[in-house]
Amino acid sequence: MEQFQIRQKVLTIRMPRELDHHSAQEIRQEADRLIAEKNINQIEFDFRNTEFMDSSGIGVIMGRYQNIRLLGGIVTATHVSDRIYKVLQLAGVTKVIGIDRERFWNQGE
Amino acid sequence: MEQNNQMTIIFDSRSCNEGFARVAVAAFCTQLNPTLEEVADIKTAVSEAITNSIIHGYDNQVKKIRIECRTEDKTLYVTVSDEGRGIPDIEKAMEPMFTTRPELDRSGMGFAFMEAFMDDIQVESEVGKGTIVRMKKTIGSQKSPFA
Repeated sequence: MEQFQIRQKVLTIRMPRELDHHSAQEIRQEADRLIAEKNINQIEFDFRNTEFMDSSGIGVIMGRYQNIRLLGGIVTATHVSDRIYKVLQLAGVTKVIGIDRERFWNQGE
Repeated sequence: MEQNNQMTIIFDSRSCNEGFARVAVAAFCTQLNPTLEEVADIKTAVSEAITNSIIHGYDNQVKKIRIECRTEDKTLYVTVSDEGRGIPDIEKAMEPMFTTRPELDRSGMGFAFMEAFMDDIQVESEVGKGTIVRMKKTIGSQKSPFA
């Protein structure tokens, strides 16, 4: 699948394996371009491939959330592992966006 | 008992080195037999410190970042230092959500993450001279949050 996919007005972004300051810069630029050009009203951040995320990922999500919320849009995070959930929760992101969890971090569960 | 060990890496403050640097620290600490969760905690904290040096310390100019790692029994000590612009008000910089660069979409959570994922963090900084972030984490000291 393409990293950026648009269906109806929903932009789905496949987040990279390692989401840090380096990879965040590219995602932010492309996402903002698409949001502006394609009349997007929903963003889905798909974390199925993501094994690492630091606070740069929080900046990507919350920056887009603030922009699209002003236009009445919504943001979700999907396929969120326990580890990614922990990072989102620590930053308070789980209180403001919809999250669909996926448990593969702890194999025992 | 584990043997005490030490390593130092010095690398260019380019964002493409963030991944390499945190993985190097993670690989070094595997001798302490950390859990996956502990490795992830260490990688995240190191990533935050390096990102701070690149963005804030050096303002994206390419200079050197130094990471020193040391193990003592079950404890990992990590020091991340730069010779960048320094932090005028460390207390303020460490407040969650505070950022001097809102235009960069920074969440202001860097130091909060370092504090949350490590057992202890100390920051020394001098304006115009640089910043030293000292962190430590004892492996096996915490219960897994998912246990």
